[in-house]
Amino acid sequence: MDYRNSNLLDEALGLEDEECGLRGKVIAIQDCVETSGAFVFHQLIKRLLVPNSSNAVVFLAFSRPFSHYDRILRKLGCNLAAQRDDGRFLFFDMLRLQYPDKNEDKSSEDWLVAVFRKILQIVRAFPQNNKNYITIMIDDISLIEVAVHGSSGLVLDFLHYCQTLTSEFGCSLVTLNHADIYSSVENCAFLLQMEYLADVLVKIEPLVTGLAADVHGQLTVLNRGVSDGKGNLKTKTPNFRFKVKENVVEYFYPGSRT
Amino acid sequence: MAENMARESSFSRNFSNVSTLETPGIKHGPNGTFYVSSGISDLDRIIGGGFPLGSLVMVMEDAEAPHHMLLLRNFMSQGLVHHQPLLYASPSKDPRGFLGTLPSPSTSAKDKPINEDQEQNSLRIAWQYKKYFGEDHQIIDGNRVNKQEFCSELDIRKPLERHLFSGQYVDCVSIKDTPSLSAFQDHCATFLAQFSRSDSKLSRCGRIAIQSLCAPQCEYINKDWDLLSFIQSLKSKLRSANAVAVITFPPSLLSPSICKRWQHMADLLLSVKAIPDEDKELTKLLTGYQDMIGFLNIHKIARINTQAPVILEATTYSIKLHKRRFLALECLNQAPVDGSSGSSYSKTSSCSTSSRNGTLDF
Repeated sequence: MDYRNSNLLDEALGLEDEECGLRGKVIAIQDCVETSGAFVFHQLIKRLLVPNSSNAVVFLAFSRPFSHYDRILRKLGCNLAAQRDDGRFLFFDMLRLQYPDKNEDKSSEDWLVAVFRKILQIVRAFPQNNKNYITIMIDDISLIEVAVHGSSGLVLDFLHYCQTLTSEFGCSLVTLNHADIYSSVENCAFLLQMEYLADVLVKIEPLVTGLAADVHGQLTVLNRGVSDGKGNLKTKTPNFRFKVKENVVEYFYPGSRT
Repeated sequence: MAENMARESSFSRNFSNVSTLETPGIKHGPNGTFYVSSGISDLDRIIGGGFPLGSLVMVMEDAEAPHHMLLLRNFMSQGLVHHQPLLYASPSKDPRGFLGTLPSPSTSAKDKPINEDQEQNSLRIAWQYKKYFGEDHQIIDGNRVNKQEFCSELDIRKPLERHLFSGQYVDCVSIKDTPSLSAFQDHCATFLAQFSRSDSKLSRCGRIAIQSLCAPQCEYINKDWDLLSFIQSLKSKLRSANAVAVITFPPSLLSPSICKRWQHMADLLLSVKAIPDEDKELTKLLTGYQDMIGFLNIHKIARINTQAPVILEATTYSIKLHKRRFLALECLNQAPVDGSSGSSYSKTSSCSTSSRNGTLDF
């Protein structure tokens, strides 16, 4: 697949010109048990780490090890190991890190502060005019809540701090969370707060009719009052279908296959 | 419609040609993964080869029937038959007693209960279902030699030989009276350290079986986040170990939100459901209803080192016992329509609704 041809997702996210990266946006991906949204990460990493661009990705992985992403991206045509050696893909395997002691609230807070400080240190280490090419990705937020034993307030604070990186340095932030965990009235607040923080919401859901071999689900992109640079507000909310394969993801409008 | 399974991707799963390693009980899977058998050959076939090493399997129990025990027993027994060390934890006071109920491989030489029954059934099943059996026969014949080693035909009426579970291969832990899971967490970590993937040779693998992790008699039951933290820690150790863990749990005892978190943590998610007694509607709707003992639902299939999901033709299977000895899973077949009654395509909650007309969804 020629990466210069942008697909429907790239257009919806404003990634047609991949050299500019995501332009300091906060993107929140939401998925559910039936359809996983992790493929959006793979797609974004591939688009951002094209050769001869200045983009860099800082990846906080709570659910999968490096080898998993490496194998997948290799099939998509991107050598993550080489990018990691070149300093363009910084991978933090949070699975191996010591999680804070549950008996002390303070230790959870300190742990998150330490994680944020690490990210800040990395961003500051980049050359001044390249800071806005950095994209921070977090896979996934619900596991940070597990790491801090359910202190959602701390996780939100952490996300707020990560968001300051977008305003202060022009970095972009991409997070993944599971919408079906927060679907009850009592605990929907966390997800709503995350949605409030986000500039772009990418919702991945199964089809109403259930699973199918040819269409794996539907994807909706909600741009919150983001200007497209020409003074026009982007109010369209594209909704299209997708099919995830080993080496490509196909996007198409319902009723058509491109 | 079944013919339109042409794979467009250049990478395709090739199940019938997998080569077996020197170690019986472990075989190559796609994308650099390895599989061990679940102990139920039908389940191995349905989920694409077996349980991948490094994965976490979760089984959602049904409070009305102990079918999850059938899955757990076969899983544990299969590992012991292949001399794979086992760590078993349960909320009972004496978990070791459970080992006496594990099934043993059938020793009958011409032991092909599946093929035999299919021969008989092919006479009864209407013509339009024959095309499904053609594919299955090929896979079974091609893998027959390999399957005998990889997945044993476990006879639930025959108890496992004592020497297989009385040795150093089995470690039993009771999680009933433990106020916190940290000791058990360390126990699992020590167990998994023996199967670290840093060894280049894949010589041995282990199995962990945890029964009813959030059972009501356990002291830690109200500590939702401790449980989640334990599962996450187990997952992280599993990722770098040549082992598989199966956890069964009763979802009704968890809040919906916490239950969803558990489901997201699973790599392979199954659920079992009891058969309602004397359900006349289901008797009319499904063939062979009287022989079914329960339903098995497959909610999620492990995706390790790949982004492509596995979409099954059906997600609900009936659990049956062939000759009352061998566990089998069968697709649900709708009974022939009685022309006199009105609508016969009413979907009950247990029938699968996998739609193949997704492209026409407007």
